[in-house]
Amino acid sequence: MTDVGRLPAGTLDAAPGPPRPQIQVVPLRGLPIVAAVVAFVIASIAGNWLWALVFCHVVGGALWTAIDLFVGLIVGPILGRLSIPARAEFSARFMPKMVLLMPTLVLMTLAAGFQLALREGNLAPTSPNHVWLIVSFCVVGVMAVIALGVLEPANIAVLVEMRKPAPDGEVIARLMRRFLVTAGITGVMQVATLIIMTRVATQ
Amino acid sequence: MIADPNQVAAGPTRPIDRRFPPVAELATVSLALVVVGGVLMASYVPRRPPLGVPGAIAAVSAALVLASVFLLSRLDRFAWDRFFLAFRWGLLAYVISAGMIAFAFIRDHTRGAPLALVLGMLVIFALDVPLIIAFTVARYATPTE
Repeated sequence: MTDVGRLPAGTLDAAPGPPRPQIQVVPLRGLPIVAAVVAFVIASIAGNWLWALVFCHVVGGALWTAIDLFVGLIVGPILGRLSIPARAEFSARFMPKMVLLMPTLVLMTLAAGFQLALREGNLAPTSPNHVWLIVSFCVVGVMAVIALGVLEPANIAVLVEMRKPAPDGEVIARLMRRFLVTAGITGVMQVATLIIMTRVATQ
Repeated sequence: MIADPNQVAAGPTRPIDRRFPPVAELATVSLALVVVGGVLMASYVPRRPPLGVPGAIAAVSAALVLASVFLLSRLDRFAWDRFFLAFRWGLLAYVISAGMIAFAFIRDHTRGAPLALVLGMLVIFALDVPLIIAFTVARYATPTE
């Protein structure tokens, strides 16, 4: 994505290619699935149900880490080399799904993980895992601030911009630069999470 | 440097060329402080955490979000319709999210002053994120007269 900062205003509108797809910022069809996942996580916590807590934490965490690294290290650089209309079309279909998917995975992983740590006594000061979990809280904290304070607002603002009759390419480029700037930090944090969690699981 | 909000009104026509006060930046720092406070509190679970440092962090965080709202309220010719549309939906999403975190703390028998502090931090969290999202959306929108 080395040239994203040079998209001129109105580039998307003026670019040749297929007509731009209709963009739905929040895919409404996905909301019942999100509601079901949230209900399942609440039930798991309320019931302190070991299998469900492990399922939510492991499945949510694996998907979160894998998607983050795959998008940051594989999809992002490929996207940066596509033509502007191709990039716009891909983003228009891809980003609304991420608006629902990533917060759901994060919620599922963290809520179930915290309850699991309590249930298993890993948060007790005497536990050998205590320090590792505090470090993981810090790692998650950094990722949360980046995700919620920097990336999600940019993601939604890009989608809103792309819904306009004549999207401003410069606005989209400026907002998408945030993904580039933070990809390295997020990647390091995700690798740190993998190290911490495999360590916790084997102590 | 904080831009004069009145400059916005007199600024160029394209939203991207306008200068805005650091509304999103202040709210992001406020969010970061709430996260730090939350990590401090969570690191003591299941023991009762000392409340001095997390309380001070929450107070500074609340002051920053208030400063952010104040700067926002002084903006002239701003896409308020876009702002409130994004803010409403963001608030709904993050009230649910904060509610789940509160539920986890209550479920784990956090009571009294620590619970009050956690709930205060969650209120700030549930305001910070929609505020940042809505401001980021609205700053690039053309205001309707």
